[in-house]
Amino acid sequence: MSVTVEIPTVLRGLTDGQRAVSASGENLAAVISDVDAKHNGFADRLLDSGQLRRFINIYVNDEDVRFLQGLDTPLADGDVVTVLPAVAGG
Amino acid sequence: MRYNSLLESVGGTPLIGLPHLSPSPDVRLWAKMEDRNPTGSIKDRPALAMINQAESRGELIPGDTLLEPTSGNTGISLAMAAKVKGYRMVAVMPENTSPERSELLRMWGARIIYSSPTGGSNEAVRHAKELAEKNPDWKMLYQYGNEANWQSHYLTTGPELLADLPTITHFVAGLGTTGTLMGVGRYLKENQPQTRIIAAEPRYGEQVYGLRNLENGFIPELYDESILDSRISVGAEDAVRRTRAMLTEEGMFVGISTGAILHAALILAERAVAAGESADIALIVCDGGWKYLSSGAYAGNVEDVVKDLEDQLWA
Repeated sequence: MSVTVEIPTVLRGLTDGQRAVSASGENLAAVISDVDAKHNGFADRLLDSGQLRRFINIYVNDEDVRFLQGLDTPLADGDVVTVLPAVAGG
Repeated sequence: MRYNSLLESVGGTPLIGLPHLSPSPDVRLWAKMEDRNPTGSIKDRPALAMINQAESRGELIPGDTLLEPTSGNTGISLAMAAKVKGYRMVAVMPENTSPERSELLRMWGARIIYSSPTGGSNEAVRHAKELAEKNPDWKMLYQYGNEANWQSHYLTTGPELLADLPTITHFVAGLGTTGTLMGVGRYLKENQPQTRIIAAEPRYGEQVYGLRNLENGFIPELYDESILDSRISVGAEDAVRRTRAMLTEEGMFVGISTGAILHAALILAERAVAAGESADIALIVCDGGWKYLSSGAYAGNVEDVVKDLEDQLWA
C-alpha cells in the first residue's frame, strides 16, 4: 500500500524540495516514521514527545486527524496525508 | 421589521432551505443568510458586541482609535460601527486580499495598514500587536481573543438557528477566528446536545502559509477543540465549484468562503445518506459574492480562477 504525504514549504528542505512524497504504513504514526526513515528529521518537526506539535495540523483526506484517531488514524492505499502549519482567519 | 438605527438591525437573519442541493428529502441543507447584515457579513455581530462590551466597561470613549488585525470582514464591520459611533479605525490587513475589501474599508472611513502577503493573517496579527505596543492609546479589541466575539453568537446566532430549525443535526461554519463555531457550538451543545459541530477550514496556496518556523503558528485564543466534532480542509477549487453551485442550483450569490462551507456540508450530507440517517444541516453564508467579483469566481474557467486565488486570502 502507498499513501501520498503533502509536504509544506517550510519542511521541503528535508525532502529535497519535493512537494509530496510516497510512504507506507498502516496508520499515521507508521507513515510519519516511514517518511522520517527516508528524510531524517521529519518526525521531529511534526512530533514532540510522541504528540503532534501544537502549531501543526495534519489532515487525512482533508479531515483533521485530531478529530479522527490522531496518530493512530488508520490509512489505506491511495489516502492523502496533508501537513500544514496553523494559520489565522477572520 | 422596524429598527431605530442601523446597528440595532444586526442579526435576525433568515434561514433558507437549499432544496436543490439537498441530496434527499430526509437529508436537508439550510443556509443562515449572514450576508443580510448591515455591512453584508456575519462579522457585524461580533464587531458590534466587542464595541458594546468595551463601551459598557468604560474602555472606549468617542474619538478613540480602534485597531484590528483582519483579513477583511471584521475590519469592515468595525469601520461601519466606528463611523456610526464616532471612533476612528485602523485596520491591519494582509496585502493579498481582494481590492473590494480595501475599497469598503476606506468607504467607511478606516485607515488601512497593509501587512506582508507572506504568512497571511498570522502576519497581520503580529503586525497589529506591534502597532498596539507603539501606540498605547489605540484600542485593539482583538477578535481572536475577545470573549464578546463568541458570546455574540452564543446569544444571537445560536438561538436564532435553533428556533428556526429545532430538528438541527449538524452545524457547519468557517473556522476563522473560531468565534462563530465556539459560540453557536456551545449554545447548541447545551440546548441540542446531539448536534454535530463541523469546521470548514480554507486550504490556501503556499505563500499564505509562509516560510517561517512551525513554532510560530497561530491558534486563536478563543479556540476550544472540545466544541468541534470535525474539521474539514477545503481547497480553492472545491470552494469555487461549490460557490458556483449555490448560484446555479439555488440562485444564491455567496462569497467563496461559503462555497468552502457548502463543500463540507455536502460531505456530511452524503455520509448521512449513506448511513440511512435523516439530517438537518445548517450552514453559514458568511457574506455575499460582491466583494469577490474581481476574482472572476462567478464566470469563466474554474482552473484560471483557482490559479488566481492561489496566493490570495479568499476566506
